[in-house]
Amino acid sequence: MKAHLSRRYLFSASHRLHCEAMSNEENQMTYGKCNNPYGHGHNYTVEVTVSGQVDEKTGMVCKLTDLDRFIETEILARYGHENLNMLPEFAQEVPTTENLCIQIYEILQRGFRFAHLERVRLEETMMNSFEYAG
Amino acid sequence: MVYLTRKAEFSASHLYHNPDFTPEENRRVFGKCNNPNGHGHNYTLEVTVKGEVDARSGFVVDLKQLKEIMHREVLDAMDHRFLNKEVPEFQHQIPTTENIAIAIWQRLATKLTAAKLHRVRLYETPDLFVDFYGEA
Repeated sequence: MKAHLSRRYLFSASHRLHCEAMSNEENQMTYGKCNNPYGHGHNYTVEVTVSGQVDEKTGMVCKLTDLDRFIETEILARYGHENLNMLPEFAQEVPTTENLCIQIYEILQRGFRFAHLERVRLEETMMNSFEYAG
Repeated sequence: MVYLTRKAEFSASHLYHNPDFTPEENRRVFGKCNNPNGHGHNYTLEVTVKGEVDARSGFVVDLKQLKEIMHREVLDAMDHRFLNKEVPEFQHQIPTTENIAIAIWQRLATKLTAAKLHRVRLYETPDLFVDFYGEA
């Protein structure tokens, strides 16, 4: 039997939405308050969904400790309490939650081997969330 | 096609233990969940059914009927129970969130006639949940 398992994790980070290719007015018009030059922060919730056959011996899609360890070392340690604009993946790209969601998906897609990655859902606030499934 | 979701909550205890594993293996694989005395959760169940909206009633499914089936088939059997000892499916199967979601699907699928079962989502905690769509 194939099941989907989802787990939610929290991290906090800051960012500024600003596109070098746009004029100051255009940036201001596009990003509004998010264009504040000093940046601002969010408590992000990342919801990771993986799938696979439920192992008959363990009753599990994958061991939660394997998923937790991967997320802890590859995602939370990378983004938690960071200024996203300072990270190499956002040197050329605006750290919108859309782009961050795609980055997290790609890190999992490249490195997580214990189950099939279905999707990443990223909540920026209680009101905004973004999903990427490749 | 419209999808309708109904929630329910139940509280139950369980433990993870495979009698074919050595005690060390059980502890390594299942960690704290292997505590022989068990531990408990407040589970949140979300049952999603799908169907066409009936032209006369405007319903996908009679909610009262769905609620009754969920109560009879799931809550009466699992709420305030020790899953390993009191629910037949878990006499020989580990009551992980995955297996509980599958068992709930199997209990409900045959009982729903008006609408088709689409998804069983079971939250073990607000940060951990399993979706089962009836896939082999």
